[in-house]
Amino acid sequence: MTQSTAVQPASPAPLKKSRAGPILASRTVKHFVTRVLFALAMGLVLVFFALPLTWLVTAPFDSNPTMAVRWPDWTFGNFQTLLESPYALGSIGVSLILGAGTIAVVLTLGSLASYALSRVHIRGRDGLLYALLLLSSVVTGTAAMVPTFQLITLIGLIDTHVGVVLVLAGGLLPTVIFILKDFMDSIPKSYEESARLYGASPSQILRHVVVPIARPGLAFVAVWTLVQVWGNFLVPFLLLRSPETKPAAVLMYTFYTESGQVDLRLISAFSLVFSVPVIVLYFLVNRRYGFRFHGGIKS
Amino acid sequence: MSVAMSSARVRRTPSRVDDIAGLGRVGAGLFMAPALALIGVFLIFPALWTIYLGMTNYRLTGLAAADPDFVGLDNYTQVLGDSSFWWSLRLTLVFVVLSGILGQMMLGFSIAWALRHLKGLAKSLTETLVLAAWVVPGSVGSFLWLALLDRRGGTLNVLLDSPGTAWLINYPMASIIIFNIWVGTAFSMLLFSSALASVPPSQMEGAEMVGATAWQQLRDVVIPNIKGHILTNTLLITLWTFNTFTPYLLTAGGPNGQSEILAVYIYRTAIPGGQLGKGAAISLIMLLINLVIALGYIHLARGKKKRA
Amino acid sequence: MNRSKNIGVTMSAAALVVILAACGQGASDTPVESAAPSAPETVSMTANAITGGKNAAEADWFTDWVKPQFEAAMKADGRDVTVVFEPQGVDDENYKTKIALDLQSGGGADIIGMDGIWVGEFAQAGYIEPLSDVAGSVVDEWDGWPQISEAVQNALSFEGERYGVPQGADGRVLYYNKALFAQAGLPENWNPTSWADVLDASRALKAIDGVVPIQLNAGTAMGEATTMQGVLPLLVGTGVELWKDGKWLGGTKELGEVLGLYRTIYVDEMLGDPIMQQEAAGRDNSFAQFAAGKIGILLEGDYFWRSVINPAEGVGNAPMADRDTNVGYALIPAMKPGAGVNGQDFVSMSGGTGRVLNPNSKNPELAWELLAFMNSADAFRSRVAGTISITPREDVNAEVLKGDAMLTFVSEEILPITAYRPGLAAYPEVSLALQEATVAVVAGEPVDQVLESYSKAVADIVGAENVDNG
Repeated sequence: MTQSTAVQPASPAPLKKSRAGPILASRTVKHFVTRVLFALAMGLVLVFFALPLTWLVTAPFDSNPTMAVRWPDWTFGNFQTLLESPYALGSIGVSLILGAGTIAVVLTLGSLASYALSRVHIRGRDGLLYALLLLSSVVTGTAAMVPTFQLITLIGLIDTHVGVVLVLAGGLLPTVIFILKDFMDSIPKSYEESARLYGASPSQILRHVVVPIARPGLAFVAVWTLVQVWGNFLVPFLLLRSPETKPAAVLMYTFYTESGQVDLRLISAFSLVFSVPVIVLYFLVNRRYGFRFHGGIKS
Repeated sequence: MSVAMSSARVRRTPSRVDDIAGLGRVGAGLFMAPALALIGVFLIFPALWTIYLGMTNYRLTGLAAADPDFVGLDNYTQVLGDSSFWWSLRLTLVFVVLSGILGQMMLGFSIAWALRHLKGLAKSLTETLVLAAWVVPGSVGSFLWLALLDRRGGTLNVLLDSPGTAWLINYPMASIIIFNIWVGTAFSMLLFSSALASVPPSQMEGAEMVGATAWQQLRDVVIPNIKGHILTNTLLITLWTFNTFTPYLLTAGGPNGQSEILAVYIYRTAIPGGQLGKGAAISLIMLLINLVIALGYIHLARGKKKRA
Repeated sequence: MNRSKNIGVTMSAAALVVILAACGQGASDTPVESAAPSAPETVSMTANAITGGKNAAEADWFTDWVKPQFEAAMKADGRDVTVVFEPQGVDDENYKTKIALDLQSGGGADIIGMDGIWVGEFAQAGYIEPLSDVAGSVVDEWDGWPQISEAVQNALSFEGERYGVPQGADGRVLYYNKALFAQAGLPENWNPTSWADVLDASRALKAIDGVVPIQLNAGTAMGEATTMQGVLPLLVGTGVELWKDGKWLGGTKELGEVLGLYRTIYVDEMLGDPIMQQEAAGRDNSFAQFAAGKIGILLEGDYFWRSVINPAEGVGNAPMADRDTNVGYALIPAMKPGAGVNGQDFVSMSGGTGRVLNPNSKNPELAWELLAFMNSADAFRSRVAGTISITPREDVNAEVLKGDAMLTFVSEEILPITAYRPGLAAYPEVSLALQEATVAVVAGEPVDQVLESYSKAVADIVGAENVDNG
């Protein structure tokens, strides 16, 4: 829906002069109606996205939360209980470690590979990319869990964070390369050409020319990777043993009471604490880079 | 420096216009090696192993765990002859079309289009909320929707004054479709937002000057410019929606399998059902379906390139 | 930086010296058998319990009592033992997958908590072995075995061999709300002797507005709870077992009776709430509804009494302050008097979890010592100190259950008449088939049709030759 002022018809104005009054009026009315509808539509969209989130900001502060959103009986007691749990805060730390590790691996390997794929024409690169993308969907599913577990045990990386990071990175790399390559394809090659003229080597070009331009895309990939790692339950659950090494996604499942039922106080407080880091990261990255999918100078 | 420059001059006009960085085949290979190594060990190897498992009657416990038999294509014939598989496939296709393509993409595009000219509070508020829905971890997001749709105390029933309506039981597919739209729209919105910003303003202004309506502008100026992005987005969204498992947290496959999309079907076959071999076989079938979809897109993309 | 590093090194060296000195001391105190100072040993245990989460009481008991007590006892013997606890606290299916993978790959903790119903399939897969094979004949000499009845031992046995030690016993009863009964003109001390009695009571309760007369678990959403607190107690009430003499129950007349009862309750006379059976949290909701006085009769285990509606501070999830006066419990009747399995008038089902030894353990004898310690009379007394529950040991039960009439009731009247599920690898799938049968019946399908589909499903699972179609 466009907000610009009404399009001026190219046809000669004088012919319509006699009807100018009512037309202008009807145009303004139509305009007004359009704007109201637009505001209404945006309002609905906002409500749609905000409604489920409101529980996240009311229930954790409620001494006796229910499933419904309601004005809470303000208390910080739930967070206190959370602090008393020996694993709660540590698990957020573990999630951060896993996230940072995976981001580091994925960005480094991913930018190298996607740059090469983007700039050098290798026969069958598209096919390779699609094949990897498809295989990654198999590996992140349930069926591959036994082979993955056996493999990690064989390598001896069971119960280590490194093992989890490598498995997660392996699963995410194809998509990352796919997105980054698309991104790098749209970076104009003029900068690199000039750099070549000055004798820069390919890795220098990558580091000093391409990466700075590609920062927004890399930032997006970093956030996307973090979101995937942050919420991943199955891989760390299977590969990690000691409770101190468990990330928040796994710990979230353990907030049930003795009888195996959901304790809303703990779950709501933990959900909020669990969600905050990713939201904060998104904000920071958005502020710094904005989320854009192309680089270089806008045409 | 001069040596480098002279060699650069010698290769001034590279034989391949694409090899801008002077990587060459070897260089490209080196750059790709670490990624390929990681993928080879942690992705391809387990994936191939899983494909092999799909041809056995392997189970995690019981006799078949100690001594699995190679059954060749038996699992596949069993699965393809099982009506619950086709049912699940049908549900998944409906889910992908309604939630992914029509839902996330349309909504994402509409929001991106609407926000084009907005600035300030309205724009950042909208973007933040949409992104927050996407960024919140899956287990949290699904719990938020469980709370919203709860039969007895859920906020939706309070708002609509419809106490006791069991949304997740009476409308399971609708629930997971709308949930998935809520979760995933952000990606489409971001992608289209950037794509729209890259449409040359001169073309847009030109269209406005000749009196094109919004719809005409959309059709004749915007879409041709961002066709490539539409295809990329559609492919990713389709694959992601096809393989997503999070709706399980909402309906666990729905009352009596009414929302049992393929990822959930595989999970239920492999874990509670204990049939890992069969689960692996279904995963491979799923992969082949994804392949068909991807090939379709490649075909479309190539067609676009030819015409361009 | 250097300074603190030096300090660190010095301190570690000092600590090392102290430890070695202590070890040397200990060694010289112990009898001649162990000439060298004992090397530090570790023994680990894992269970689906975690502090602040699922089965927190067990997790806390382990960290607060078992670990310090066992380590101290070992120290008194001159042995340096560290006990490690690896809590899990996730849902049962995921836990089962994890321990299966651990065992399969040759790893896992030395002692593993396990649901009795998994023992069969784990044994068949070669993941676990009989206790005496893992730790030696010392197992058979344990003084705890005579205190545990054979039926309870069977919960963790397979093909006549003991694979683990049970950690509890339970039973199922019919709970009823006395206030609602009074309102409907039903007796306060209700003792149904047949299914017809139960139906009559339900019909009387139907007259009360806003109350669901009876909750009988059905559907696949509740998983195993449907089979254990729904189908199986009724099935044994018709005189047959799910598995007997190598054959699984098929679409027999008795199963038809059970499904017929479901039909009466959920379709013909609307004595139950069919929608609740489909909710993902249906079982939890049924608890909450009963606690709120909205359900008249509920078939559940003693766990409901001691862990859900328990009014004690912080124990119950849906506490009922008037539990002891307002909640009644009755034995589950057979279809008709004398129609139950073994000719019983009343029936029940029992499950149970326990702990097994890991055949991959590096120190199985030490692991057995810890296991025996965890199952000693003292250990159980401390375990049930906060939240009374039925222990597998008769000596402890006699003491600790004195204060709780209901649990004594279960221990004395139900355990002798209860039945167990067949601990075979195919059981989970057969259980699922039973659940799906209830789904079909509640959805309105005719019982004959459902029996046929069920029969076919079981034949697909175990092979047609292993099905008894009556």
